[in-house]
Amino acid sequence: MSKIAIIDYGMGNLRSVAKAIEHVSDGVEVVVTADPAEVLSAERVVFPGQGAMPDCMRELDARGLRPAVLEAARSKPFLGICIGQQMLFEHSEEGNVPGLGIFRGEVRRFPADKMVAADGSRLKVPHMGWNEVWQKQAHPLWANIEDGARFYYVHSYYVDPADPAIVAATTDYGIPFTGAVAQANIFAIQFHPEKSAHAGLQLLSNFVTWNP
Amino acid sequence: MLAKRIIPCLDVSAGRVVKGVNFVELRDAGDPVEVARRYDEQGADEITFLDITASSDDRNIILHVVEQVAEQVFIPLTVGGGVRTVDDVRRLLNAGADKVSINTAAVNNPQVVADASGKVGSQCIVVAIDAKQVAPGKWEVFTHGGRNRTGLDAIEWARRIESLGAGEILLTSMDRDGTKNGFDLELTRAVSDAVSIPVIASGGVGSLDHLADGVTKGRADAVLAASIFHFGDHTVREAKELMRARGIEVRL
Repeated sequence: MSKIAIIDYGMGNLRSVAKAIEHVSDGVEVVVTADPAEVLSAERVVFPGQGAMPDCMRELDARGLRPAVLEAARSKPFLGICIGQQMLFEHSEEGNVPGLGIFRGEVRRFPADKMVAADGSRLKVPHMGWNEVWQKQAHPLWANIEDGARFYYVHSYYVDPADPAIVAATTDYGIPFTGAVAQANIFAIQFHPEKSAHAGLQLLSNFVTWNP
Repeated sequence: MLAKRIIPCLDVSAGRVVKGVNFVELRDAGDPVEVARRYDEQGADEITFLDITASSDDRNIILHVVEQVAEQVFIPLTVGGGVRTVDDVRRLLNAGADKVSINTAAVNNPQVVADASGKVGSQCIVVAIDAKQVAPGKWEVFTHGGRNRTGLDAIEWARRIESLGAGEILLTSMDRDGTKNGFDLELTRAVSDAVSIPVIASGGVGSLDHLADGVTKGRADAVLAASIFHFGDHTVREAKELMRARGIEVRL
């Protein structure tokens, strides 16, 4: 039986992610695990994250999971979600911490001076709710998902990749920001597919069958 | 553009939906899972459960409800009612809630807001404010369903809990709650303008136009309603169609 490992480094509840993946996959074993060996033996890896990035980086290292994450990101179909996307970058403004550095670029906070809607009203931070995700490249994970489909976001920071070629989707919130990045076997998203109803389940279903 | 959210709210007691839900073809209107699933199908952007379980013996039942709903309904789930400690917050999140709403406990001990958001992140912490008008342009925070005064000014309190780390405010007008006369738009706007975190308007919805007014005139980021949806008068989809017709960005 093929196995999908959801990396658990103690930051938040991963049950919803696990249940959503189980919901869209048959005959796949979904494990929520903090065991590097289990991560390395999985066919696919999901790297989620909640809360603050400095805490996430600290907890990841406290569990000795960094080498397994780096190896999985090098060799397996790999899905980063929310802070799990942000951690793939070099550095975050949140707590001024280094990330894993798999992608070049910075994790930035929404700039207060740009948080103004078209009608002049204030845009709230965190960016919380359903926003349009505009696909910037063809990708198997976008299969059967409309361009501009709405996904559920909840975050105050976003990734700003140095290499525009990895941008897989953007969303507008005061500024256009990167909602998804893709490169080789890695796909990483700021929004929450496990909370995004049909569109989210479709994306997870696409990940489960993706062969990069 | 970010969509304005519509959030049906369900009162749950000892694991059952109370105050009745009157959908056609619902096998068990008291089953939170079935009701939540129905709202998801209608296009609800989130679902809120308010646990009104009276007996402390039955308090843990909500955890099982949350687990079951989170296994089958893949939209955000907020749970409130009787949340007192960081441990309560954690247990609900671990059961599958995405956000936990704190009300009376925040008034009694504001530090719980800071502690909870520090532990689990602001994005998981909603603070519920029940407010009553006490003078023109002045609202006071009440607890216990509007029975107990707190002496806190609602606007100042909203700013305070934002600074303590609340990620969102669920604002209920106790003057309007249950009246079907519409939100207190002046209150909603005053609070929404005072903070930079999202505000959910609640209390008083009697028509779909009231929901739209909450966004356009109250400047709410989301609107919450119970009876207008529960009794089958209107679906969430109808609400969104009306809001869209009034120029509001919604997820349809």
